[in-house]
Amino acid sequence: MSTSLPLTDEAPLALRWPAVWWSGLLAAAAWALAAYVTHHFPDQSEIVEWTQTGNFAVAQALVAAAFLLLAFTARLIPPLFRRVQGLGPWFVALGLFLAAWQAVTAKFSLLPMPFFVPPQQLIEVYQDDWVRLGESVLASLWLLARGYALGAGIGFLVGLGLGWSPRFGYWAHPVMRLVGPLPATAWLPLAFFLFPSSASASTFLIALATGFPVAVLTWSGVASVNPDFYDVARTLGAKQRFLVLKVAVPAALPHVFVGLFMGLGASFAVLVVAEMLGVRAGLGWYLSWAQGWAAYGNMYAALLVMALMCSGLITLLFKLRDRLLSWQKGVVKW
Amino acid sequence: MVSAATLERPASALPAGSALDLRHVSHAYQLKGEPLPVLDDVSLTAAPGEFVALLGPSGCGKSTLLRLVAGLEPPARGELFVDGAPVTGPDPSRVVVFQDPTLYPWRTVWRNAALGLEARGLLKSQRGRVDAALTLVGLDGFASAYPHQLSGGMAQRAALARALVNEPRLLILDEPLGKLDSLTRIAMQGELVRLWQRQNFTTLLVTHDVEEALLLATRVVVFSPRPARIRAEVPVDLPYPRHRDDPRLVELRREVLALLGVGDATG
Repeated sequence: MSTSLPLTDEAPLALRWPAVWWSGLLAAAAWALAAYVTHHFPDQSEIVEWTQTGNFAVAQALVAAAFLLLAFTARLIPPLFRRVQGLGPWFVALGLFLAAWQAVTAKFSLLPMPFFVPPQQLIEVYQDDWVRLGESVLASLWLLARGYALGAGIGFLVGLGLGWSPRFGYWAHPVMRLVGPLPATAWLPLAFFLFPSSASASTFLIALATGFPVAVLTWSGVASVNPDFYDVARTLGAKQRFLVLKVAVPAALPHVFVGLFMGLGASFAVLVVAEMLGVRAGLGWYLSWAQGWAAYGNMYAALLVMALMCSGLITLLFKLRDRLLSWQKGVVKW
Repeated sequence: MVSAATLERPASALPAGSALDLRHVSHAYQLKGEPLPVLDDVSLTAAPGEFVALLGPSGCGKSTLLRLVAGLEPPARGELFVDGAPVTGPDPSRVVVFQDPTLYPWRTVWRNAALGLEARGLLKSQRGRVDAALTLVGLDGFASAYPHQLSGGMAQRAALARALVNEPRLLILDEPLGKLDSLTRIAMQGELVRLWQRQNFTTLLVTHDVEEALLLATRVVVFSPRPARIRAEVPVDLPYPRHRDDPRLVELRREVLALLGVGDATG
């Protein structure tokens, strides 16, 4: 005897269509609006002409179509839906933002024109100038990597010395107190004069900006290690080397990472200033170069790339920390 | 793979416990430039395999005595000998279990227990001893847990395993059960006695719990308030396992409480 199962699976498609993803539908409308504004109104281009307006309108329309599709299908694919669900309001806001940006710049010139560029001009920049932008990113990353690694390494060792050895602290502490709070950029004129190349001067400045917070935080991390941790290790037969490497360092690591984050932020600032004033490469240089040519579109494009680069590096550091400090409770998510 | 059996020693073999001999030990801490005496002329011996409880009011200086025996600090005056040799520094044959488990939060239970072997460079060849010690304290299922995932009793067991891995000849317990809830505490008291009977190490237990001292120790040394000096030594001539309502134990308890000056309060 076969028992009949509830026949919900055989209900007509139209009746059992899962609920629509409303945010997705709204996002589709917002992006369609952006496409409409871009396409329908003529560009007010007395000074510049934008070649990508048409393509940009098509692209926005395609995004709108994709959201329309997602609005009716996303709920059918639970893993996909879980990913996009929370982002719905952001997709809507982004579409509205693009429409408004388009309107106040290219279409109705509500903002002073050469200084505020429409989104399609960024696309133009990325299309025409991606080689130079890419080279700038690589130059910035390379300079940052050298300076940051040097600063973080030396800062960590200095912090360890300050926390561990009173004799080292006797000499290093006053120097740190005097020199540390000085912004690294204050050294800039002197550094470009003293160092053989602007690259080595910038490396030094970035290392300086990174090193100070890393040293202070490492020091405070080592100083705040529970003294019982040392007693435990000593009664179990640990020697100095073990106490430093296997007790002090891992116990101080959460502090060290705070220093590494602060150092990374400081290194970005010095990087840009150094590139603007001395180094003839990198995103900072690109920014001042674009300013010199009144190429405002290039400036916005470079700023966006820079934001992505800095945010990506911070994310990378967070990932590293999460790996190394997975034993901690309540780690902040980036 | 080494079984728990390797950690056991037959009682008939060489005495596994250390002999302890403290002669006229005094100690003081500097507090705002003023010396604060904490130990006053303490002389004490313990035979190999003995379980000695040091009992006294909180903050009287008992824990300081343990730090001196462990070799974490040198005494201001007097001498300490373990197996006839003067104590000059910490040694893995004398292991301390503190009131707080003080597990390293960045290490798993297994790697915490392995600390002593790792510090002495023995871990590669003797990994089995870590497993054996964890089995001994009943934590073999929690080897890969982190300390923040453990209950208070489990954390203290892990600290005990960390000590036992080193096969100590003198186990120094500084109120190791002081912060546990009463049920866990009772269970752990029984386990401590069983471990001591199996391993046959000499045990020094600091506690301010009269009943705990009488349940566990072969001899109870009663200290005065700070600066600590020995007020009396009370042998506990009772077989194990002991029961807290044993008439002889109740009698001893009254005696010890009187020595501590609180006899009337509890009748």
